[in-house]
Amino acid sequence: MSDAALSRFRSLPEHEQIRRRGQVRVLVLTGLGLNCEVETATAFRRAGASPECVHLLDLLEGQRRLLSECSILALVGGFAFGDHLGAGFVFANKIRYRLYDQLLEFIGRGGLALGICNGFQTMVRLGMLPGLDGDWRTPRATLAPNDRLGYRNAWVRLAFESGSPCVWTRGLSTMDLPSRHGEGKFIAESPEFLERLETLGLVAARYVGPNGGATEEWPWNPNGSARGVAGLCDSSGRLFGLMPHPDAYLYGFQHPDWYRTRSAKDAGLEGPGLEIFRNGVDAAASAI
Amino acid sequence: MVTRIEIAHRPQHADPRGEALARQARTFLDIPLKQARVVDVYHVEADLGPGEARRILAEFVNPVLAEGALGRWDGSPFDVAVTVGFKPGVTDSVGKSARVAIEDTLGRSLGSDAAVFTSQVWRLVGVSREQAERLGRELLANPLIQRMRVETAEEWRSTPTDLEVPRVRTHGVPPVETVDLALDDAALVELSRGRLLALSVDEMRAIALEFERAGNDPERSAAGLGPAPTDVELECLAQTWSEHCKHKIFNASIVYREGADEPQMIRSLFGTHIRGTTERIERAIVEREGRSWLVSVFHDNAGVVAFDDRRHLVFKVETHNSPSALDPYGGAMTGIVGVNRDPFGTGLGSDLLVNVWGYCFASPFHDRELPRGLLHPRRIRDGVHAGVIDGGNQSGIPYGRGWELFDERFVGKPLVFCGTVGALPVTVAGRPGEAKAARPGDRIVMTGGRIGADGIHGATFSSAALDESAPVQAVQIGDPITQKRMFDFLLEARDLGLYEAITDNGAGGLSSSVGEMAQGPGGACLDLSLAPLKYEGLAPWEILVSEAQERMTLAVAPGKIEAFLGLARRREVEATVLGEFTERPTLEVRWGSRTVALLPMSFLHGGAPELRLEAQWAPRSFDEPSARDRDVAPAEALTALVGRLNLASGVSKARRYDHEVKGLTAVKPWIGVNRDVAADATVFLAGHDSLAGFVLSEGVNPYFSDLDTHAMAGAAVDLAVRRQLCGGARIDRIAILDNFCWPDPVATKDNPDGPYKLAQLVRACRGLDEAAVAYGTPLISGKDSMKNDSTLGGIRISVPPTLLVSAIGKIDDVRRAVTLEPRATGDRIYCLGLTRAETGGSEYFRYLGDRSGRRAPLGAPAPFVGSAVPRLLTAETVPLYSALAQAVAAGLVRSATALALGGWAVAAAKMAIAGGIGVDLDLDSAAGIDALGVDEALFSESLGRILVTVSPGDATRFERLFDGLACVEAGALDGTGRLRLRRGASIWAECAIESLANAHTGTLRDV
Repeated sequence: MSDAALSRFRSLPEHEQIRRRGQVRVLVLTGLGLNCEVETATAFRRAGASPECVHLLDLLEGQRRLLSECSILALVGGFAFGDHLGAGFVFANKIRYRLYDQLLEFIGRGGLALGICNGFQTMVRLGMLPGLDGDWRTPRATLAPNDRLGYRNAWVRLAFESGSPCVWTRGLSTMDLPSRHGEGKFIAESPEFLERLETLGLVAARYVGPNGGATEEWPWNPNGSARGVAGLCDSSGRLFGLMPHPDAYLYGFQHPDWYRTRSAKDAGLEGPGLEIFRNGVDAAASAI
Repeated sequence: MVTRIEIAHRPQHADPRGEALARQARTFLDIPLKQARVVDVYHVEADLGPGEARRILAEFVNPVLAEGALGRWDGSPFDVAVTVGFKPGVTDSVGKSARVAIEDTLGRSLGSDAAVFTSQVWRLVGVSREQAERLGRELLANPLIQRMRVETAEEWRSTPTDLEVPRVRTHGVPPVETVDLALDDAALVELSRGRLLALSVDEMRAIALEFERAGNDPERSAAGLGPAPTDVELECLAQTWSEHCKHKIFNASIVYREGADEPQMIRSLFGTHIRGTTERIERAIVEREGRSWLVSVFHDNAGVVAFDDRRHLVFKVETHNSPSALDPYGGAMTGIVGVNRDPFGTGLGSDLLVNVWGYCFASPFHDRELPRGLLHPRRIRDGVHAGVIDGGNQSGIPYGRGWELFDERFVGKPLVFCGTVGALPVTVAGRPGEAKAARPGDRIVMTGGRIGADGIHGATFSSAALDESAPVQAVQIGDPITQKRMFDFLLEARDLGLYEAITDNGAGGLSSSVGEMAQGPGGACLDLSLAPLKYEGLAPWEILVSEAQERMTLAVAPGKIEAFLGLARRREVEATVLGEFTERPTLEVRWGSRTVALLPMSFLHGGAPELRLEAQWAPRSFDEPSARDRDVAPAEALTALVGRLNLASGVSKARRYDHEVKGLTAVKPWIGVNRDVAADATVFLAGHDSLAGFVLSEGVNPYFSDLDTHAMAGAAVDLAVRRQLCGGARIDRIAILDNFCWPDPVATKDNPDGPYKLAQLVRACRGLDEAAVAYGTPLISGKDSMKNDSTLGGIRISVPPTLLVSAIGKIDDVRRAVTLEPRATGDRIYCLGLTRAETGGSEYFRYLGDRSGRRAPLGAPAPFVGSAVPRLLTAETVPLYSALAQAVAAGLVRSATALALGGWAVAAAKMAIAGGIGVDLDLDSAAGIDALGVDEALFSESLGRILVTVSPGDATRFERLFDGLACVEAGALDGTGRLRLRRGASIWAECAIESLANAHTGTLRDV
């Protein structure tokens, strides 16, 4: 899944690219209070892949092979178990006790994973992220309640780390996305640990302020995350999670400024959020 | 065995819950709380093996953020601890999730007797015991549903660790009683009152007569029933005949008198002015288009209209006022998750797309003494918002409309409107989506949550009769996650064609859901002993009428029952067969082998006597502001108006609701450069497979009711429709919903004003009817709430009669939507519609009243209601709107906003704030302006008016469409950063947009 593999893939004839993308199976986990499965599956479909929504309980009861058959695991947004006892906890706990070996196997054989909002919280609670040094099961960071207590739905601007190994954010510089959560304040187990993550380029996405720099200031940073951390990848770059929702920016007209500033030429159909899904699907396709 | 687990944030990490409490304590209660930190407590009532408690603790503690202990956590120091936990029987959804996590961690089930109970200990620093008690009472605990314990640090240390859990303790199943109805009228009334049946003496007599006639029926004796009704039968009739289920007032025969005129007879307001109106409109649609786009109206849980070849749209709005007054959080949450079940239980079941909400409150800054027992309006508002926020967000449904209105008459009872739009597949497993029919032999299945005493007799239950371990009955608390899981399961079952019919369990519980569904096949027989309960000890009648939440009732064919129940098991959702539908036209209720109710369906649904009521209309007069009261500079008035509660930006609260989940949102509820101006209408896709969408808007103005409810209703329809067109909706696909919240219109000794309030209702219905017919907007669904009064300290406070008109329209391509955001300097401004001196009931007059320093007595309207209420003149508006719709369709309208509170001045100000550029509005040639004073021209609330901007290149084409109509050019957008309101050379008001924007957002910022 190197840059070379990706550029080889993208230099294939169009129809061959389309065919290979179509072979990328995406497992979209649903149920138990998750609720962004439809838009997430739509995003992967528009990126050319073949998504399939599967209830976590089906995966736990007998359909575990689905995990070994897919290239991408999508952990979607929502309120699994109402965020009770901490966002993502009860859901993550189910995975830890009932699916973790299969999940580690999936990661070990090069699977990709995308966690959005509740999915990101689940990945961090499991220890899948930041997944440093090949340890994907010890939680070393958390997404704590926002400094300003409570859920908030407002658009923020993200800047992506250019030197990040993250395959999902390759080639992206900034993007506006809706932030929709009550627990998104990133806290690492220690300042040194956070610094290591930054040095390795694992802080793939940050909240930025009006001057374009990373910010800890509300409302540009909706939760008070240190150094503006909004999204993380593991050191392989294949596992990525972020708090804001690329799955809610699949059409240009969804940007809050679109209706005010649209021009006659702008069809408003392309949502920049799709780029993240395209990156992931192409990375998976280039490995097929 | 009870194990106590305590968990708290580590001291080096912030505790946002504690900080929020400290802020509230300092701001609202003036208590100098220095610090507050929260400890979450889990009481696990289960037999745990050695080491198991420690494993649970290790898993529950977030290692980066928190620490904890078994028993007491020896953490941060404090002066006073306030412990808040639930009372017995109150839904503890966090406890339910904790149990799941424990079972996953231990890899075993805890057993059916086990339970997890949650509570919080608030460790407070810098307060006395008394201050902590007040803080607990006013900010943390509601005694109706919660227990609170206040201890100083010393008391805390000297008492043993609290291991008490709020388990419901009961004493066996109460027996079924028979109730003798051979009584005189006074005794019948007393019986109805004592049992909280809410049946009138006529209704009690009708029941007594029926049993006198048929009590010795051989079928009854064969079933072992005597001549007198059982308590199950009486309660079942009371629920089925309740105002809530039967809409007796809307179906009553009314004699309406207006002054000395001949009395008029109205057979049924519903039949005449709601259903009748829609039938007339539908005939006109068919005449025009050859076919109707109404798919299902009035007979299901929500109205259904055609949308495209894959899906219909379903819309329902409900109110949940009384429960929200008692327990704002739980009551309002039940409001939203309850109305979700209506579209879900319509046809064969809808996918839920968007919620709407709207609230009427007293001012959150209320500073007068409150009658005892009443929650402060700020607390009611905070709780209502929080409940609908959690209910909507956790269900994964965005909101599309949200509004608030304020009046001191809502101090006793807030109005809490909640609604949901759904998409019903045109075809479900080979059948029409809107068709549902239980057949004889189909199983009666209840699914979702369990039955408890919560919500028996709704809010009329007297909590004084409760003992400590009795379950809380007065209010239900929603559990959105349980409901979400049930919905997910049922959508799978729907698409597999596993059931024949579905409906929700709301008011009246099983008695209503089964009783209604049984009308198709003929009857039903159900066994209450099979019903899953939250705890033992409920009497059969209680099980039948309980309004415990998160339950749907279904009819499942015998051949599909195994598949249905199997899917439920795999989804870990409870589903239970309670009986079956029958051809025999009776509702038979059993308790095991014994029959405890046997009611003929004809009597159950047709036996209630018709209500006969009197209505008497006489216009009332109110104070006008004097010339001196009106002596205020327009710029000052405008700046004040945009910051008044009714017009200020509510974005601080509204951003806590998700508005984008599902990824279908096009035009969002808050727009403009700073995204803090309320949109006239919002626009959503109906799915990811098409660019067609729907438009949502509403109209509501309870203030006009003081002068004339006929005008009020016309205004509500007009505003809802006008906003649709300003949002870009097609003019020929708008449907509306009516929600009436009225003060009691039935005359009694305590309510001598009943005939006037009923006359107000009649007039509102007529206004609604006329407006709906004129605009061709069918009424597809509605609801009424008729007892919105409260008596406080001997004073009766009635809400002003309020009609909410919610509209749903269609837009063929969401990218053609229009907003009020001005687009570019140089664009021309147009004023559409005619302005009259209609300042009665206006926001401007209320502002003048407040400015004068006068205060209305409790229960009265604000000073300066005035007299000239805005009237709807559809002969003017219909052609105007038709031209506007053409202009929008032709892409000639760059921005548009419908005038509402505050007239031209506020509309222009909103446009200016949303654009941030500059607005120069010249009213010199605006229609009607010559006859008006400056303040009337600026602030009158005449209906039918729209502010539009048009690009200069399109001006000629635009103007041509309005030939002969009230449409005039009125200035232009400029780059000055200012709003100028003028008449030719005479400048009436000029304000920097920034100062208007500050006034607009300042009032409710962080409130």
